[in-house]
Amino acid sequence: MLKFFFQSKSALFSAIVLLCLVFVALFGPLIYPYDPFEINVDAILKGPCLQNPLGTDLLGRDLLSRLIYGARISLQVSIVAVGISILVGITLGALAGYFGGLVDQIISRFIDIMLCFPTIFLILAVIAYLEPSIVTIMVVIGLTSWMSVARLVRAEFLTLKEREFVISAKLYGASTFRIIFRHILPNALPPVMVSASLGMGQAILIESALSFLGIGVQPPTPSWGNLLIEGKETLEVAWWLSVFPGLAILITVLAFILLGEALQDYLNPKRKEQFN
Amino acid sequence: MLRYLLRRFLILLITFWGITVISFAILRLAPGGPLDPLTDFNPRMTPEFREKLIKMYGLDKPLHIQYWNWLKGILKLDFGRSFSLDQRPVWDKIKERLPVTLLINGLALLLILLISVPLGVYSAVHAGSLRDKVLTFVTLFGYAMPSFWLALILMMIFGVKLQLLPISGLHSVVGYEDMSLFEKILDWGKHLICPLFVATFGGIAGFSRYLRNSLVEVLHSDYITFARAKGLPEKVVLYKHALRNALLPMITLLGLSIPGLIGGSVIFETIFGIPGLGQLMWQAVMARDYPVIMANLVLVSILTLLGNFLADIGYALADPRIRITGKK
Repeated sequence: MLKFFFQSKSALFSAIVLLCLVFVALFGPLIYPYDPFEINVDAILKGPCLQNPLGTDLLGRDLLSRLIYGARISLQVSIVAVGISILVGITLGALAGYFGGLVDQIISRFIDIMLCFPTIFLILAVIAYLEPSIVTIMVVIGLTSWMSVARLVRAEFLTLKEREFVISAKLYGASTFRIIFRHILPNALPPVMVSASLGMGQAILIESALSFLGIGVQPPTPSWGNLLIEGKETLEVAWWLSVFPGLAILITVLAFILLGEALQDYLNPKRKEQFN
Repeated sequence: MLRYLLRRFLILLITFWGITVISFAILRLAPGGPLDPLTDFNPRMTPEFREKLIKMYGLDKPLHIQYWNWLKGILKLDFGRSFSLDQRPVWDKIKERLPVTLLINGLALLLILLISVPLGVYSAVHAGSLRDKVLTFVTLFGYAMPSFWLALILMMIFGVKLQLLPISGLHSVVGYEDMSLFEKILDWGKHLICPLFVATFGGIAGFSRYLRNSLVEVLHSDYITFARAKGLPEKVVLYKHALRNALLPMITLLGLSIPGLIGGSVIFETIFGIPGLGQLMWQAVMARDYPVIMANLVLVSILTLLGNFLADIGYALADPRIRITGKK
């Protein structure tokens, strides 16, 4: 696995960026001296300077400390959301691929139907009925983004279930449950990892868009998306409030995408040979 | 071919049914029922009046009958009345906004194709070179960039700093009536530059990278080696033999990209104050205007469904393997 990170420059870059991010999200609040919620009327809308490296907002709160805290929230939301989408996707994909027939027909049609809803519209419609909160956002994003994982796992299962080791496990008398989870699933997981990495990027984008629209994570809790709401209001006087949170999102999402792409090349050496 | 079409049509009907069932289920998710926003803050709301409203909206009937009535309404484009103060029929509200969203997304799709096809071909021909990598990185950049952030930056640079472009609305408010047709078009164009840029930039990566990868794969296939061995000029090999095959799957991708595009409308229409479906959806969610929300959800999903269906038919018409054998 280590070899993978040294083989591809973009994988190494993404891994370093993401490790830094996780480190900052976990320990940043302990090291960095400012409180993200502390209002300071003497330091309203200060541009980037020595005391406040990224400036302060309308209430004099330090932007860097809010970004660090926001990293926690945004990562938390996307990790849980992707976790949910992978669980649902693997379960449905495995059932459809392994059992085939009517089960497959029903699940595949269900996937088709879900894919017709533009994600943002579906999420908006569901959220209109629920109180917006971090938990709601996580669950809703997770439950509306499992389709690609399900399709992937289904395709893997379709080919894997015909392989010799599965047939011999069947002859050996292994239970269906055991065959699915112990024999086939581990072999179907690598492409899911690619999908998970891309999904993390997607989830961060969706979370920030929802928060920006005012129906995601609610202020005063800072997420990267709702930090940008303030940025929008102070567009004319404080560029830093809209530039830095956006950059944080951009770099993180880019890292997840590049990691996913590198992983895909690594898992599929033929593709790499042809394409690079 | 006919069998293929029939099968696709059957799936279309099933999917349409599924869309309405899921939308209806969401409609019934509301903890206090869909009437809450009408009754919650109304001081004159008496239990009797609430009963009357429940009767009026048919909420006292069994679920399957409610669903059936709702479905019948949809087929006649009757989505009920908005909960907002004007209480207009939902379809009237949608009707005036639908063309705006379709226009912007249609233009964006056209731009995406015009830009991403040459980019994809260029990348594929120079696969593995530095130029290819730079292009990949730039297009991925567009994909990873939050669209609302890009919109903010554009507004900041062109609207606030340089004062070159208007930052909100579809056309000017002052003096619009007195403009000549040409001036009006120019005015619309100026207002549309930023939203179109936002809608287009994020979509280029998907198409250009997909085309690049499928073209690289085609260029490695035997019949291309054969065409080259025959001594055909590289231009003919590339554009006549390879590109035509590599472009085929793009038709499917076109269909698949519709939900993403329409979804993006919510964001850029809200930010740039464009009166389209996306903005209507957002306003309806903020106001808990359930009839409008449900109508929007069903409508954009059906648009997606039709888009996918057309893409499938287009694919079948373009690919002789399907046109003749009916199999994919």
